[in-house]
Amino acid sequence: MVFQSVEQLIARKKELEAIRNKVKRRIVVCAGTGCVAAGSLEVYDELTKQLKEANFEISTDLMSCAHRNGSTHFVSPSGCHGYCQMGPLLQVEPDDILYMQVKPKDVGGIIATLQGKQPPDTKLLYKDPHTGAIQKGRNEINFYAKQERIALKNCGFIDPESLEDYLANGGYNGLIKALSLSGKEIVDIVTKSGLRGRGGAGFSTGKKWQSALQAKAEPKYVLCNGDEGDPGAFMDRSIMEGDPFKVLEGMTIGAWALQSQRGYIYVRKEYPLAVKRLQKAINELEKAGLLGDNILGTGFSFKVTISRGGGAFVCGESTALMRSIEGKVGEPRAKYTRSVIKGLYDCPTVLNNVETWACVPLILENGWEWFASKGTKTSTGTKAFSLVGKVKNTGLVEVPMGTTLRQIIFDIGGGIIGDRPFKAVQTGGPSGGCLPEQLLDLPVDFDTLTANGSMMGSGGMIVMDCRNCMVDIAKYFVHFLLEESCGKCTPCREGLRQLHYLVTLVTEGKGDENTIKQIERVCHAMKEGSLCSLGKDAPNPVLSTLKYFREEWLQHIQEKKCVAGVCRALITYWINPEKCTGCLICGRACPQGAIIGEKQKPHRIDPAKCDKCGVCYTVCPERFSAVEIH
Amino acid sequence: MKITLNGKQIEVNPGEYLLSVIRREGIEIPALCHHDAVEPVGACRLCIVEITRPEWEGWSRLVTSCLYPVEEGLIVETHSKLVSDTRATLLDMQLARCPDAEIIQKWAKEYGIEKTSFPVREDADKCILCDICVRICNAVGRYAIARTSRGIEKVVAVPLELGEDQACIGCLSCAHACPTGAIEWKEDSNTRTIWGLTFTLEKCPVTGEVLGTPQQLDHFAKKAGLSRDYFTKSDKAHKHETAKKFVKII
Ligand SMILES: Cc1cc2nc3c(=O)[nH]c(=O)nc-3n(C[C@H](O)[C@H](O)[C@H](O)COP(=O)(O)O)c2cc1C
Ligand code: SF4
Ligand code: FES
Repeated sequence: MVFQSVEQLIARKKELEAIRNKVKRRIVVCAGTGCVAAGSLEVYDELTKQLKEANFEISTDLMSCAHRNGSTHFVSPSGCHGYCQMGPLLQVEPDDILYMQVKPKDVGGIIATLQGKQPPDTKLLYKDPHTGAIQKGRNEINFYAKQERIALKNCGFIDPESLEDYLANGGYNGLIKALSLSGKEIVDIVTKSGLRGRGGAGFSTGKKWQSALQAKAEPKYVLCNGDEGDPGAFMDRSIMEGDPFKVLEGMTIGAWALQSQRGYIYVRKEYPLAVKRLQKAINELEKAGLLGDNILGTGFSFKVTISRGGGAFVCGESTALMRSIEGKVGEPRAKYTRSVIKGLYDCPTVLNNVETWACVPLILENGWEWFASKGTKTSTGTKAFSLVGKVKNTGLVEVPMGTTLRQIIFDIGGGIIGDRPFKAVQTGGPSGGCLPEQLLDLPVDFDTLTANGSMMGSGGMIVMDCRNCMVDIAKYFVHFLLEESCGKCTPCREGLRQLHYLVTLVTEGKGDENTIKQIERVCHAMKEGSLCSLGKDAPNPVLSTLKYFREEWLQHIQEKKCVAGVCRALITYWINPEKCTGCLICGRACPQGAIIGEKQKPHRIDPAKCDKCGVCYTVCPERFSAVEIH
Repeated sequence: MKITLNGKQIEVNPGEYLLSVIRREGIEIPALCHHDAVEPVGACRLCIVEITRPEWEGWSRLVTSCLYPVEEGLIVETHSKLVSDTRATLLDMQLARCPDAEIIQKWAKEYGIEKTSFPVREDADKCILCDICVRICNAVGRYAIARTSRGIEKVVAVPLELGEDQACIGCLSCAHACPTGAIEWKEDSNTRTIWGLTFTLEKCPVTGEVLGTPQQLDHFAKKAGLSRDYFTKSDKAHKHETAKKFVKII
């Protein structure tokens, strides 16, 4: 149906909410990229099949629940729940049961529980690694219970391909409110909410909009940055896949405020599912009169097009992104006029990150006070992080700004794998910094992270333990950036070349007194001289490890030692003859054939053949732990 | 409009970039990706200067003067310690990239660098990736060369697939504009070779003087809206006139 007016939309939303409330149970199977890869679609098929066989009254879309009398099970796929490591996930509401690592063969048992014949199978439920207690739903599982989800609120709860479902769950309340306000009033609300850009720099969204509102030139453009180039980050992908309507609603609100008629969403090439869901959402919205010409009969028109990124990290940078949309090479452009004045096609342009846009409808719906009351004074609201690395629970974590690193890593993340000691956490993506243990109680917000040599970035969080070498980590990020630098400007291109050379020297034990001085000199020139933030921030991983882990750098240089046992040139693997039982496991695994020894006699490593890949160290059974690093 | 440049108050014209003011004042700074005939891109970063304003309360920043438009009351330093240190490191690194580029050697020396403190690039050529050649070629209207690849792999090259109106015409505009002489070309009495392409040369039937490549003459005739015949004459006066036109077209 095409909504001709706001009143029609409101009436329809009421109907849909009523239908939603009539559903007896809602069962969602996660259809995010991670769970799909783990086989969730097979689970979904098996579930619908067996439910039918068991004579359940089911429907797979909200509309067909309409004519039922409250005994329907509404079964649908959802976007990513952010706990991919436990996938495929299957959630039952209102029972608050979250089944994990579900296989098609488990479906019978789940249905028996739905029928009240047996309690939920504990093998499919979350077991607290510390207490061993079974925690059955999101309200009990620490990973979820300690989060506060705003941007990710709908992810994992609604069917991302159903506009009805979105409307039944608060969708378009934000736009309805916005349409009763002037552009200036909307910008004021966004400014007062304290919302800051979630894509990197943390610039005040309201201020950005304000400048664009005042800009005289026409037309104006509204852009969404879904490039998400940080390795390991996937919050934007999850939002685009799990709640595409929210992003589009946010952009429509922005467009209404600025009287822009044209929007683009720039999505990276590697995100085909996000593209598909967004495109489907755009089509649905156009059919419903919520995008396109004369939205809700207001006379306001707004069209959104998806632009697919070229896959380069630097294309996420605002000027490079705009050039890429224009069909030019995605290279940053040097200029001292801001994009809000002269952006896409040299017209006033507002570019915001996916998560930033996703916050907008909720701010309009709930008021700026609501948003500003969360988080800290200067960093309001919540922020989604992708927590990865050596933590027990990896996944998407959304918490109020100001939550401490310790709370995120230990309470939500469950601590370090194997309960080894925590060493560092890298925040802010490849050009972020590494923060040490003594800073674990730092509140996570834009300014605190920056003041401590790291940054918020888009919200990547990589946890490291004693087996990570900080020099090696710095080298890893320098190498990443070396490959991703566009090469246009001297400081970044030549700086990364030299930085990579110098850091490699250190990891090979060839560094000397002068090496660190040279490194610092290059870093300085890059920070001061680079054209865009890729080059300006690229030294962060090096500088922050030099600041907090200088000892470790010096050990590599002076003692030629890598205590973490990572830098190949500085370590040797050795089999402790007193511990080795001659089980032959390492001998079979060694790709170099460097391990000498017979069954049940202690083995030995031939140093001439060993290329220090560490396979023996990994495969030696924990109960022997005979392979040692020296 | 007034700004303060190295402690001296001077009058400037709204809309002009800092670099042109700096040069007018006779202050020498390296600006290697700048060329008067084309738009600035801010790639070499050597023209950096430090700017501040009284109300910034001691805060300052580096900007590339080739791109920064003058502003009333701006305070500019072209050789502060921050600028000089950064510039020196950049020159040091450029020298490691292009040890044989004379203009880099000259500027590096100016900043106390006789020999780079970094390892020299293997198979170093003289290209500093200033992008002047590409911009000049575009301004000529050919779009025949481009920067390809990214990061340290970046090179200026003739792209693989080009439309007919995008091919190199052997006009040498790029080579003449290159600040380091990185673009190799050669000419014998009958041919000219550049970018791996060999062109025959058109000569004046009377004096035997080289006029250019036929493609070049076609292109300029078309762009100037003149008869192609015009470009085959060779008397000095005519040539002089033609050259003047070339300058205008370019
Ligand atoms: C090298 C580089 C990569 C970036 N990548 C992204 C990205 O993937 N997604 C994003 O939203 N912002 C990215 N940014 C930040 C954008 O330039 C821009 O600040 C942001 O999209 C603005 O939106 P916001 O104010 O909502 O954060 C990147 C910046 C740089 C310098
Ligand atoms: S800083 Fe790096 S990525 Fe940015 S323009 Fe310069 S070379 Fe390109
Ligand atoms: S001349 Fe300004 S950056 Fe090169």
